[in-house]
Amino acid sequence: MSETYSLTVNGKDEIVSAPPDTPLIYVLRNQLGLKGVRYGCGLEQCGCCTVLVDGAPAFACSQAVETAAGASIETIEGLGAREAPHPLQQAFMDLQAGQCGYCLAGILMAAKALLAENSDPSRADIIAALDGHLCRCGAHNRIIAAIQQAAKAMGGAS
Amino acid sequence: MSLTGSLIANPRMDRWITFLDDKTARVASGKVEIGQGVVTALHQIAAEELNLPLDRVTLVSGDTDIGPDEMYTTSSLSISMSGGSIRLVAAEAVALLTERAALRLNCAPDDLSVQDGAFLQDGAETGLDYWSVASEIDWSRAVTAKAATKSVSDYTIVGQSTPRLDLPAKVSGAAFVHDMAVDGFVHARILRQPGADAVLVSLGEAAIKRAAKGDVSVYREQNFVAVLSVDEAAAERAAAAAPPYVEWENALDIPVGADEAAWLPGQPAIERELGVTDAPEPAGERVSLTVSRPYVAHASLGPSCALARMDADGKLSIWSHGQGMHNLRKNIGAALKIDIDRIWAKHLHGPGCYGHNGADDAALDAAILARAHPGKTIRVQWRREEEFGYEPLGPAMLVKAEAVVDAAGLPVQWTADIWSPVHVQRPGNPAVVMLGSQALAPPPEWAPPVDPGEERGGGGTRNGFPLYKTGPQRVRHHLTERAPIRTSALRGLGALPNVVAIEGLMDDLAARAGADPVQYRLDLLEDPRARAVLERTAVLAGWQDRGAGGEGQGLGIAFARYKNTAAYCAVAVALTVEEEVRLDHIWTVGDAGLVINPSGACNQLEGGCVQGASWALKEQARFEGQGITTLDWESYPILRFSEVPEITAELMDLPEEPTLGVGECSVGPTAAAIANAIKHALGARIHDMPFTRDRVMAALLR
Repeated sequence: MSETYSLTVNGKDEIVSAPPDTPLIYVLRNQLGLKGVRYGCGLEQCGCCTVLVDGAPAFACSQAVETAAGASIETIEGLGAREAPHPLQQAFMDLQAGQCGYCLAGILMAAKALLAENSDPSRADIIAALDGHLCRCGAHNRIIAAIQQAAKAMGGAS
Repeated sequence: MSLTGSLIANPRMDRWITFLDDKTARVASGKVEIGQGVVTALHQIAAEELNLPLDRVTLVSGDTDIGPDEMYTTSSLSISMSGGSIRLVAAEAVALLTERAALRLNCAPDDLSVQDGAFLQDGAETGLDYWSVASEIDWSRAVTAKAATKSVSDYTIVGQSTPRLDLPAKVSGAAFVHDMAVDGFVHARILRQPGADAVLVSLGEAAIKRAAKGDVSVYREQNFVAVLSVDEAAAERAAAAAPPYVEWENALDIPVGADEAAWLPGQPAIERELGVTDAPEPAGERVSLTVSRPYVAHASLGPSCALARMDADGKLSIWSHGQGMHNLRKNIGAALKIDIDRIWAKHLHGPGCYGHNGADDAALDAAILARAHPGKTIRVQWRREEEFGYEPLGPAMLVKAEAVVDAAGLPVQWTADIWSPVHVQRPGNPAVVMLGSQALAPPPEWAPPVDPGEERGGGGTRNGFPLYKTGPQRVRHHLTERAPIRTSALRGLGALPNVVAIEGLMDDLAARAGADPVQYRLDLLEDPRARAVLERTAVLAGWQDRGAGGEGQGLGIAFARYKNTAAYCAVAVALTVEEEVRLDHIWTVGDAGLVINPSGACNQLEGGCVQGASWALKEQARFEGQGITTLDWESYPILRFSEVPEITAELMDLPEEPTLGVGECSVGPTAAAIANAIKHALGARIHDMPFTRDRVMAALLR
């Protein structure tokens, strides 16, 4: 029942094997060891599992692996390493923009996609981009501020 | 200095501190990181008192093999209990090391100073450091708490917003217990028993396996049923497809309407009267306010997870995101009849829990399966509907506050009636069983529920007594004998509804007296720290420009000191009411005494504001029949990015005052300030949370 698919994940070509309807999250976490892809609801309601598929935010919990065949996928592990963090990761650490941190991987990926389209997002722009993401600890304002700080560090903000 | 409770329970110094060969000190705490930043703060306290840079200190938390037993991480007590203990142990360690070095150098301890762990004599190197003398000290000794601790004015690490230790992993990849990778581990999903008395009558194993599209096995022990597979997707498919093939008899059957706070007053209750119960009834008008909060969920963003393995020698290892590893070990030992010396429990990060959620139950699930599959590491991942469907709920409450008012409009007697199911049903209480235990054996006989005692801040009665001068105060606690659903600890326990009632009635009394609500409160508040946070919040919120209201725009304020013993907090909320309530801005000021990490403490204030607002405006867990019916984020909505207002948060600067727990203090005042702002906006009060569109419309029609 398993099929073989080729994916580009964080810039690396990967061959994976799974039944076609297998949600990407299990392929990424368990076959490729990318544990930063977080299971939240499996219902496209919380945003925890967000990864970028060809640059656009996608729910890894519900997208079937067959629909991602040949696509370029980016996870939090591809954003930046602990030793060399991306400006977004750095800003989140600087501002303590998180509490439990469970929502952050998905939010960071959505933020990356936002900044790729809009290098100087307003508060309203960020809220619109993140409204599909839940944060239960109430770190929303710090998250917004961190994204704006990262935009500035990346040279986008005026 | 006197010993803390944690030190009395864990007197050996080596339970707390170890000087390692790599020239670091390892400090241990029984309190765990649940997103509140406590490990970062405890690490700061340890480094400060040891006179070591942060990178020479590691902090181990929640490890039954090497750390102290500090029960659960609850009640905003970690900094005072664990931090206070670490401070005393570290100070005593430094004194012992210095004494030892002085002996070796044949000098007086006072001649020595410490730089980066190295001893200097009159500023010159001595060749000795902490580590070269540490092995000459017997660290199994009991801590005496007799060593002098550092003066606050000498602090260089405590009081700084040092970076959170846990965030680098959380923003870059694997970070949580969910992410632990072990070769050859087995994924499990649980097919939960719908209620303690439910009996499994048929199990369509073949159909469940067919749905998995992969190799799965089905494990059954009494009424505990799980699917297991090395392929997580297959286990998930099997669990998702299973319900029609699993038949239960005698499942839970909850009557319609039992999920409303209004159901509580008619129920048999354990009655208590607290406070001044023998004061004569004064003359004066009686003014009362009744408010309610429904059952609410912890609603952790990630469903619970745990791993467990039983080795060939019978030793059980458990990895969990529960709030207390020593207690978890005891509870699992009791449930599975395993000697606790043969269990190691280790805390790893989890999604924010805000209290007692599914974490402990998931750990027992993993342990049951590990015992049945020796040598295999079992990973139990709860499903979203399982977390919503089986976590203990924060209890509904109905609170009536009543004041007798004199001719000047001031209260001369205060009475609160509090109806609530029990607030804490953590495992360990003999009347409490974990989900896995109740599936393996019939539940024990019913026993009366027990709320936390008043000396611990109470449960349903938490913050039931106002800090205001009101004349004699009494609280009548009607503790529901039999809750219709499992309830347990959720951030603030009864504080939120009690503060909403007190602060709502204060506003109503001020209005009745024709007084400004802030001034009316100040006239009844003696504690200068309480007055200061209220006054500062009013300034921040531009209170002096607050209009008469009634035009759909509201500004409300509220105050409480959490548990009447922890941090002081005032909150002001500006909002607009159209068909729904929209929050425009929140201002909050806290007084937590000595603040260890200001950014972290403000983060707690802000997060409490958002969670309090979310409970006040949106949340209600519903249940009937076989259990909870709000099983996803559509049926159980929480405040979203588009609904969270900007928040201005400040902390008072009182470093010479002892640290007061800050984690739960803003939740109640936020909900109360929202209630009061709605009254200001509409000229009418909404009494029942959540303050939804329907209730706004009903208030407008009144």
